[in-house]
Amino acid sequence: MTTLLEMRGISKLFPGVRALDQVNLSVKAGEIHAICGENGAGKSTLMKVLSGVYPHGSYDGEIVYDGQTLEMKSIADSEAKGIIIIHQELALVPLLSIAENLFLGNEVAKAGVINWPLAFQKTTQLLQKVGLNEAPTTVVGKLGVGKQQLIEIAKALAKDVRLLILDEPTAALQENDSQKLLDLMLELKAQGVTQIIISHKLNEIGRVADRTTIIRDGTTVSTLNRDEITEDRIIRDMVGRDMAHRYPARTPNPGETLLEVTDWNVFHPDQKDRQMIRNAGFTVRKGEIVGIAGLMGAGRTELAMSLFGHSYGRNISGTVRMGGKPVDTSSVTKAVAAGLAYVTEDRKALGLILEEPILRNVSLANLAGIALRGVLNPRREAQVAEDYRRAMNIRTPNVQQKVVNLSGGNQQKVVLSKWLFTDPQVLILDEPTRGIDVGAKFEIYNIMNQLAADGRGILMISSEMPELLGMCDRIYVMNEGRIVGELSRDEASQERIMALILNSAGKAA
Amino acid sequence: MSEKSYMGSHLREYGMIMALVAIVFFFTVIVRASIDVDFLSAQNITNLFLQNSYVIIMALGMLLVIVAGHIDLSVGSVVGFTGAVAAVLTVNQGWPVLAVIPACLLVGALIGAAQGYWVAYWKIPSFIVTLAGMLVFRGLTLWLLNGQNIGPFPRSFQSLSTGFIPDLFGDADQALLGMDRLNGTALLIVVAVALIVVYLGLRKRTQDALFGITPEPAVVFWIRNAIVCGALVFVGYKLAIFRGLPNVVMVLAVLTVIYAFFTEKTTSGRRIYALGGNEKAAKLSGIKTERLVFFCFVNMGVLAALAGMIVAARLNSSTPKAGAGFELDVIAAVFIGGASMAGGSGKIIGVVVGALIMGVMNNGMSILGIGIDYQQVIKGLVLLAAVIFDVYNKNK
Repeated sequence: MTTLLEMRGISKLFPGVRALDQVNLSVKAGEIHAICGENGAGKSTLMKVLSGVYPHGSYDGEIVYDGQTLEMKSIADSEAKGIIIIHQELALVPLLSIAENLFLGNEVAKAGVINWPLAFQKTTQLLQKVGLNEAPTTVVGKLGVGKQQLIEIAKALAKDVRLLILDEPTAALQENDSQKLLDLMLELKAQGVTQIIISHKLNEIGRVADRTTIIRDGTTVSTLNRDEITEDRIIRDMVGRDMAHRYPARTPNPGETLLEVTDWNVFHPDQKDRQMIRNAGFTVRKGEIVGIAGLMGAGRTELAMSLFGHSYGRNISGTVRMGGKPVDTSSVTKAVAAGLAYVTEDRKALGLILEEPILRNVSLANLAGIALRGVLNPRREAQVAEDYRRAMNIRTPNVQQKVVNLSGGNQQKVVLSKWLFTDPQVLILDEPTRGIDVGAKFEIYNIMNQLAADGRGILMISSEMPELLGMCDRIYVMNEGRIVGELSRDEASQERIMALILNSAGKAA
Repeated sequence: MSEKSYMGSHLREYGMIMALVAIVFFFTVIVRASIDVDFLSAQNITNLFLQNSYVIIMALGMLLVIVAGHIDLSVGSVVGFTGAVAAVLTVNQGWPVLAVIPACLLVGALIGAAQGYWVAYWKIPSFIVTLAGMLVFRGLTLWLLNGQNIGPFPRSFQSLSTGFIPDLFGDADQALLGMDRLNGTALLIVVAVALIVVYLGLRKRTQDALFGITPEPAVVFWIRNAIVCGALVFVGYKLAIFRGLPNVVMVLAVLTVIYAFFTEKTTSGRRIYALGGNEKAAKLSGIKTERLVFFCFVNMGVLAALAGMIVAARLNSSTPKAGAGFELDVIAAVFIGGASMAGGSGKIIGVVVGALIMGVMNNGMSILGIGIDYQQVIKGLVLLAAVIFDVYNKNK
C-alpha cells in the first residue's frame, strides 16, 4: 500500500501553550487510521492543521499528500484535494432539507439557478450509499443525531472525498447507530476511501482501525498495527501509565431504601397522547450505585428529568418516596429540597454557564448556602469553590477560571460540585462520563464510589454497558418507556441486558 | 502581573473611564476654542445631569432586561404615557403630588407586568411584545392627551426635576469663608461619596487578595481612584457653587448604588445573570427563570414611569411626543456600557458611564451647534465602535 498522507514534524503554538510538538503521522492509501489520545492531547488541533482550518504558516512542519507538499490557506483548499473533515459538532443547518444541506455551498446549479430534479436525484443516490431511507426534502432538524451523522458523511461523499476525517463521530450516538456508522466506514474503505477516525472508544478502534496512532501531550507516542492493538496497550500509551483496572474496586454496603418511585407515568410534552414513561418503578438504597441501561429513546433521560422537578413531559403521575415518606418533586426547587440532584447528560447546554467562572457555577444551585438574607458572601463562595476544587481535583489555576476553558472531565467535576453543594441524598447521573477521556473517567468513578461510601444513593444512566457492569450494584433495564428488568451485579452481563431489551421490544400494551 | 498586562486584560473597564475623560476633555477644549464657552461651567454640568437623568435611570432597568437576554423597546412610549397620566391626574383631576407619584409608578409596574407576562410565561420574543407595547402606549398617550399638551404642573411636581437639595448650612459659609453661595451640603455629600468609593475599593482589594484573585496593581488602583474622586469632587464643587445638588442627581446616585448592590451582591441579581448566561442550566439548577424575567420587565416599567414623571416635570407639561426615541438612547447606553446582546453580562457602573458618554456627546454637540443630523450619525458610529471594540477584545 502506498502512503497517501505524511505529516512531518508538525508543531503548533497557541499563546502560552504548545499544542503540538513535532507530531508525525503517516496514513496509507485505503486504510482506516485511528487517532487516539486524551482530551487536550492535540488530536483535534492536528486535524485542523490537516484540513486547512489553521492555514499554512501558522504551524511548523510539512504535509505531503499524494506525493505533493501541501500549503493550504483555507478549508476550501483542502476540500479541493478531497480532504474532508466532519467535526464533532455537526455542521448541518437544521431548518433546511437533506438535499439543501448536502449541496450547501456546492449547489447543483447553473449560473446560480438550482437544478432541483438533478439535486434530488443525486441526493437519493448519496442517501442510498450511506444506507439512509429518507426523502430528500426531509428537514434535517427532524432527524436523530445518528441519521444526521450519516448525512454529514453523505455530504462528504458529494464532494468526491479521498481522505475522510471523522472527529469523534460516535460520541453522541447510541450503540446501534454507532454500529451502523462503523459498518459504513468499512464499506467506504472497500470503495477505496481513506479515513482517519478520532475516537475515545477503544472497542470501535479495535473494530475498524487498520493502524492506530496515539498522541499524548502534543506528541506522537506510537503507531500500532492492527495485531498490536489491545485495550491495555492503547490505554497505557494514552495516559502514560498502566491502568490495571478501568473501574476502581469497591465493597458495596447498601443500607435502607432512600429513593422509591412507583407507578411513574409521563406523557410527551408536545404530543399529548404519546406516553413516554409507563408505570416505571424502582428503588435506590443508601450507599448503592444503581444503573439504568437501555438504548437511545428508551426513556431513561425522560424518566430522570421528569422525576427531577417535572423538567420533562406533562401529565406526570406516580409517587416518589424519600426515606419512606412521599415527597413532592414537581419543581426543581422542591426536588432539591427533597434531596435529589440531577447531573445532566448535556453539561454544556444544560449543566453549566460556560462564560462564567467556576465559583459561580458551583454555587448556582445553592445560592442560599453562600448568602445571608439574600446578600451574597463572596468570601464564602470562593471558599466553597476552592474546597471542591481540592476535593474533586479540578485542574485549573484558580476558581476564577471560566468553565468554557476547562476540559470535559474538569467541567463534569464542576457540575458534580454544584450538585454536591446542595447536599443531595440521591444523585441521578446521566451519562456522567460522556465525552471525557480515560483518565478523567477513572477519577469520576472514584468520586462516585466515594459518594456511595458516604451513604448517598446513586442512580447512573449510561449507554456504555461495560461502564454500568463495572460500576453498578444493580441494573435496571429500560425499553420503550418501561422498566423491563432488574439484574443484580452477579446476574448482569451485556448479553442479558440486550436479551431483556430485545425480548421486550414491541410488547408495549 | 505588571501594570501594563493587567490593564490589557481589563481593557474594557479602563477604556470606558478613559473614553469618558477623553470626550469631556475634547469638548472642553473645542468648546473653549470655537465659541469661548466653559464646557465645565457649573450651569452646564447641572444641565448635563438634568438632561440625561432619565436615560441613566432607565438604563439601570434596561441592563437587567438585557442581562436576562431580552430587550424592551417600549420604554420611550411608556415615558410618554406615564407623563400623560401624571398630567391628567395632577392638572385635570387635581390629585396631590404625593398621590400622583406612587400612582404613576404603579401604572409603570402594571405596564411592565402586562408585557413581562407574555415574554416570561408565554415565551413570546420580547422584541415583538415590546414593539407592540411601543405602538400601543404611544397611541394611548395621544388618546389620553387628546393630541394636546397638558400643563403646567404645580411647583411641587416640577421639583422632581428642577428642584435642588436644600443647603442645611444656610448661608453660614458665606459669613465664615467669605465665599459667595457655596452649597456646603452638596460639597459635603460629594466628598463623603468619594471617601466611601475609596474605602469600598480598598476593602475589595483585601478581599480579592484573600481569594487568590490577582488584585489591581496598587499604582493603577490609586490612579484610577484619583481620577474618579477628582472628577466627583470637581463636579460636586461646581454644583455647589451653582445651585447645589439637583434632586435628580440624588435620586440617580441612590438608584445606582441600589442597582449595583442588587446585581453584584444579592442572590436574585446573581440569578438574573445565570439565566441570561444559560437559561436551561439555570432552570435545571432550581432557578425560577420565568419569575425573574417577569420581575425584570416590571422593574423596567417602574423606572420608565419614574423617568416619565421626571421628563414631564422638566418640560413642565406632558406632550404626545414626550419620550419618542428614548428607547434607542437607553439601549445604546447599555451596549456602550459593555453589556452583551446575548445576555449574561454587563455591569451597572459600565451602563452609567455609557449613558454619561452619550449624554456628554449630546450636550457638547448641541453647544457647538452641530445639527441633529450629524449628531445622530456620530452617536450611531460611537455605538458601533464601542461594540466592535468589545468583540475585538474578546477575540484577541
